[in-house]
Amino acid sequence: MAFEITVNGEKRTVDADADTPLLWALRDELGLKGTKFGCGIAACGACTVYIDGYPSRSCVTPIDSLGEAEVTTIDALSGKAADAVRQAWVDLQVPQCGYCQSGQIMAAAALLSETPKPSDADIDAAMSGNVCRCATYHRIRQAIHHAAETMEG
Amino acid sequence: MRAIFSNPTHTDGSADGTTGGFRPSRRQFLIATGGAGLGLMIGGALPGLGRAEAAAGEAAENLINPFVIIRPDDTVAVLSKHLDMGQGTAHGLTTLVAEELDARWEQMSPEFAPADASKYNNTAFGQVQGTGGSTAIANSFTQYREAGAMARAMLVAAAAEAWGVPAGEVTVDDGTIAHAASGKSAGFGAMAAAAAAMSPPSSVTLKDPSQFRYIGKATTRLDVKPKTEGAPIFALDHAPEGVLVAAIARPPKFGATVRGFDASEAEKINGVVRVLQIPAGIAVVAKSTWPAFKGRDALKIDWDESKAETRGTKELRAEYAALLDQPGKVFQSDGDSEGALAGAARVIEGTFEFPFLAHAPMEPHDVTIHFDGEMAEVWTGSQLQTVDQMVAAGTLGIEAAQVRINTLWAGGSFGRRAIYDSHIVGEAAQLAKAWGTPQPLKIQWSREDDIKGGYYRPAYMHKVRAGLDTEGNIVGWHHRIVGQSIVAGTAFEPGMVHDGIDHTSVEGVAGNSYRIPNFQGELHTVTVGVPPLWWRSVGSTHTAFVMETMLDDLAAAAGRDPVEFRLALLPEGSREAGVLKLAAEKAGWGDPVPEGKARGVAVHKSFGSYVAQVADVTLGEGDAYKVDRIVCAVDCGVAVNPDNIAAQMEGGIGYGLGHAIRNKITLTDGAVDQTNFDTYEPMRIDDMPFVETHIVPSAEAPTGVGEPGTPPAAPAVSNAIFAGRGVRWRTLPFTDNRGGAA
Repeated sequence: MAFEITVNGEKRTVDADADTPLLWALRDELGLKGTKFGCGIAACGACTVYIDGYPSRSCVTPIDSLGEAEVTTIDALSGKAADAVRQAWVDLQVPQCGYCQSGQIMAAAALLSETPKPSDADIDAAMSGNVCRCATYHRIRQAIHHAAETMEG
Repeated sequence: MRAIFSNPTHTDGSADGTTGGFRPSRRQFLIATGGAGLGLMIGGALPGLGRAEAAAGEAAENLINPFVIIRPDDTVAVLSKHLDMGQGTAHGLTTLVAEELDARWEQMSPEFAPADASKYNNTAFGQVQGTGGSTAIANSFTQYREAGAMARAMLVAAAAEAWGVPAGEVTVDDGTIAHAASGKSAGFGAMAAAAAAMSPPSSVTLKDPSQFRYIGKATTRLDVKPKTEGAPIFALDHAPEGVLVAAIARPPKFGATVRGFDASEAEKINGVVRVLQIPAGIAVVAKSTWPAFKGRDALKIDWDESKAETRGTKELRAEYAALLDQPGKVFQSDGDSEGALAGAARVIEGTFEFPFLAHAPMEPHDVTIHFDGEMAEVWTGSQLQTVDQMVAAGTLGIEAAQVRINTLWAGGSFGRRAIYDSHIVGEAAQLAKAWGTPQPLKIQWSREDDIKGGYYRPAYMHKVRAGLDTEGNIVGWHHRIVGQSIVAGTAFEPGMVHDGIDHTSVEGVAGNSYRIPNFQGELHTVTVGVPPLWWRSVGSTHTAFVMETMLDDLAAAAGRDPVEFRLALLPEGSREAGVLKLAAEKAGWGDPVPEGKARGVAVHKSFGSYVAQVADVTLGEGDAYKVDRIVCAVDCGVAVNPDNIAAQMEGGIGYGLGHAIRNKITLTDGAVDQTNFDTYEPMRIDDMPFVETHIVPSAEAPTGVGEPGTPPAAPAVSNAIFAGRGVRWRTLPFTDNRGGAA
């Protein structure tokens, strides 16, 4: 059946079963490929999107649960925190394979929007749901601090 | 040569229920690759794909040589013959070309070469295109520099001809070709077509290292920015018009086969198009991914387990443990080990256990194939392009030259995509064949498919007895290893198994650099129906742990400092000693360790590179601990990109710590117990220590960095815990020692 969902500020129609995870609706139905598939059980964060501004796991969010909620994906992520995070990721050369980084950046930008000067403990708490098998964690931590500094400046 | 697949239904070696279908037999592979075994593989000629540009879809006038394309807009594309799975190889190869070409960094574009072993073979593998063994930069260093230098010479010649000036007066700098006297200048794009038509120079002079502008400097990886934007660069993202997506139900136990199945419920799922049996299992083909997964869940399959592996971890462990007490096949024998141990003042004994390990790259496997009855096109993160090509061709009954492999950026690998039987691409070919009409088809693996799917780092056990004299010197060492061979029965066997010893089972123990007298090494190779595979750093995943923790135990028994004890055993001036000294110095080895903290060290050579690490650990209540910091020293010859070397050390350490702290695959009655990241939980950011990397300056030829960072991490941590608590953890993961270690 058809569902109307709001993605990146636009109303979009998705013709799929009610239990279809938002992840697959975004990727397969709407052609938004930035959000990646890692586990399907909300255990790795590769599929992180914002639902009404909050980082959420799109792989376990059925499309019929969205209602009027606003979905934001990496494909349209913007703003001060997002720009600072992306630049810090380039400055510190964070990604290796890069596959998890859509989710990492969504999570990091959300953290900095809420907590402009996070401690290492804040970073670990906010980012521990996002797995990186290349273990770029060391640089993620440094890059979040770096982004916090540039946002301040 | 082209007749090797004249009998495509021949499935020698394929009676393997886990993969089914075509598997290149050892004989076929040898025919294709020429028959001589050296290192990983082989010499000889493979059926070529014709000119590279045809496969690359590139205009001939842009193709300067097989590795360099210069487009009219000045873009310099460097065709990486290697897969980039995060290790930075595409960047490294781009750096080499940019250096000799005197290009402007921003005009460079890392891209992937087509599958064509006649041009893009890994020279460390012989006539096979593939990536592995941390060989990418090592085997390409001169080749890609020469490609850049030749392209430069051809651009100069083209400009000289166009301007009517002597070539010797034409300069190239920062992407601009110029002739000072006449004031003429041009970008690369303007001269590319003329350059492409030139004959390549018979020889080129490469730069002296003192002239390097990019090599050895931290250049910005050009793939980083797209990766911060969710760019659709992975096989997951590839979706040609009208593609259908398949999920495959594979056997719940390795070696089981389908006796029968009922697809009636699956076919009722909205979006499911067709259900069909292929050798790999039952494929549910749907309009998109979710209905494919749902449809697969709705299948009812009757599995025949009569030929399946039904032993569990408990049974295998008991069998391995029994073998530890029996003589094995000798892989190294110096002096009289038993005699020396009998006469030793003190003998330290250790028994070690290592579980199966999944690689679990972030991107679950995915592959798209389009077979039109004549040509097959494949899109995937291909790590052994030549084998993928051969297996697809063999399955489809066509020749290798009729299979076009499009290598895409891979979301991690750690060895998992370098598959001796190419079962992932093979399944896609099986599906395309079974489908019967031209149709783009994608196979999407779930995380459960990946975790439960085998091709693991094999389980191993080791038992070591080492003796000290009254002075605290090692007088003898007896070392026994039990485990599966990774390559036995595969096309890699002739190159990697010698006199019944799979080198990957013993590397790191065999040929270690310590001057240990009376050394005996023995191996029991066991046959288990769980497909094994190399896992980042291969044999060194277990051998480094055993060697380095045993040495620490011996140092403690001798009352000697662990660093000093090792240095005394290493040859004077050895590169192991160099990294060990550097790591110890940078970590403040010898400084007092604060209360509640502990420090450990390990050093190991793998893939031609030398790495030492010092781990600082905070000890908590009971068995609790936290790794705070790892100081790493690496000697990998010329440092092509120091920042990427540091990144690979950081990642290698994180990967090594993951298997140290909690990762294991276990089996019950042959079925895998773990399913996903909830039960095979990867390292997370709060597990990750601070990492500091120091590179030994070197003019030696560059060696790999993808794997060598991994081996020392686990033993360095075990040694720190031993130093702090006097408790030795000899089983990985460490969680399996809790409550029982002494």
